[in-house]
Amino acid sequence: MIDLENVSMAYTDKGMPAVSHANLHVNKGEFIFVVGSSGSGKSTLIKLLLKELDSTAGKITVNGQVLEGMKHRKVAKYRRKIGVVFQDFRLLKDRNVYENVAFAQRVIGRPTRVIKKRVPEVLMEVGLGGKYKKRVTELSGGEQQRVALARALVNRPDILLADEPTGNLDPHTSQEIMKLLEQINNRGTTVLVVTHDREIVNSMKKRVVTMKDGSIVNDEKEGEYYEN
Amino acid sequence: MRISTIWYTFKQGFKNIKRNWTFSLASVITMAACIFLFGIFYSIINNVNHIAQRIEQDVPVTVFFEEGTTEEQMQQTGAEIEQRPEVARTEFISADAAWEEFKDLYFQGSEAAEGFKDDNPLANSASYRVYVNEIEKQAELVEYIETLPNVRSVEQSETAAQTLGSFNKLVSYVSIAIIVILLIVSVFLIGNTVSMGISVRKEEIAIMKMIGATDFFVRAPFLLEGMILGFIGAAIPLVGLYFGYGKAVEYVLNKFNVLTGVVDFIPVGEIYMVLVPVGLILAMGIGLLGSTVIVRKHLRV
Repeated sequence: MIDLENVSMAYTDKGMPAVSHANLHVNKGEFIFVVGSSGSGKSTLIKLLLKELDSTAGKITVNGQVLEGMKHRKVAKYRRKIGVVFQDFRLLKDRNVYENVAFAQRVIGRPTRVIKKRVPEVLMEVGLGGKYKKRVTELSGGEQQRVALARALVNRPDILLADEPTGNLDPHTSQEIMKLLEQINNRGTTVLVVTHDREIVNSMKKRVVTMKDGSIVNDEKEGEYYEN
Repeated sequence: MRISTIWYTFKQGFKNIKRNWTFSLASVITMAACIFLFGIFYSIINNVNHIAQRIEQDVPVTVFFEEGTTEEQMQQTGAEIEQRPEVARTEFISADAAWEEFKDLYFQGSEAAEGFKDDNPLANSASYRVYVNEIEKQAELVEYIETLPNVRSVEQSETAAQTLGSFNKLVSYVSIAIIVILLIVSVFLIGNTVSMGISVRKEEIAIMKMIGATDFFVRAPFLLEGMILGFIGAAIPLVGLYFGYGKAVEYVLNKFNVLTGVVDFIPVGEIYMVLVPVGLILAMGIGLLGSTVIVRKHLRV
């Protein structure tokens, strides 16, 4: 599903590569944590997988598509198969819950009748069935992250990327969000979570990939997060 | 493209205009000034052309013949002249008709003219009046006629034609220069307005890109915004000019009574047959150009 072969990425204005000679293979339906301290290259990895950034060396294959040399016009279609959530939720604050989720369907040209059917479905999945008319600014952090998850899932992605999804949440809400991510994974979606929340990683007993200074230094099945 | 997508694009386009209404207003005002001037100059140039054409039709080239030229020979020369493409029509004035005209003009029914009753003083003044299509070709035509057999002299009204021609050229150049400057200002202002819209919606654009919106989907509302600004900027002066045109013509004719009956202005409907489509296409095209430049620069999706 996701293959990184000797991938490096250096920002032109910095000498040190953000990702250096990374090799990683993620199977379909896997749940994987990518951990590491700030500046270890975790978020750059997410950006590379989203094709927001291009690798400077190596080869990335996602869903059978090689990202290096992918034509610009094909990037939009590629991203439709990848759901993504962030620490800061990135919701449209001037719209309600329903509109935020429907937006993801609208931008890819889904007809209104499909949107009307699919959005309530996915809102039920994330536990927001009764709040679709609320403005997102009226919701708690956990609820906002659920809206972001619903938006990420509404187009039925093959892969879900989560960049510090619990970074702005209290421990209890964080656990709820992680449970939700586990449920999503159980339904067959490959889930890759970038985090530095040791408690969560260690409680879930999933595969853990540790990054340090841009390199993958550890990759353990049912691993733990040991802070350096 | 789905109807819902088209609807979304329109909604976003109008939303952008509303969000940055001060910039939108500045763009519309500049565009309106531009199309207003374009409309005025277009009307002036066309009316001057129209008047010039009238003069061309009314002030002919007169061809006089050598003494002893028979009427048949004259008519043969007339036929040759009529075949020239720049000739609109010809009119043969016999010696008798010339004398009648002269009498009417200078003697005005006085009995003094009766003394010449049997002895036409203009016996050798039979002539052809040649009316041209384009006043610029008059000199060339005169040169040609002078080479024809039996032609004694050719008289032309160069001054009026050349003055009008030069005036029209001057108006054209000045108006083109002003319009071009205003159009460039419009491109920048519309670009600036669209650029403001892009910066306000930066977050939304980033989300759109992240969830797989195509370049077109992201860009279309901004391109449409430019076109809407252009459209509004053109519609306002076009409506204003429609009503202003009649008033202006009325004012000119009242102010310069001498012109009444001498010149006639083109009806507003005829002017608007061209001015409306050209004005709208020009303004919307400028709007599209301004927004395209900015979208390409700031919206690399």
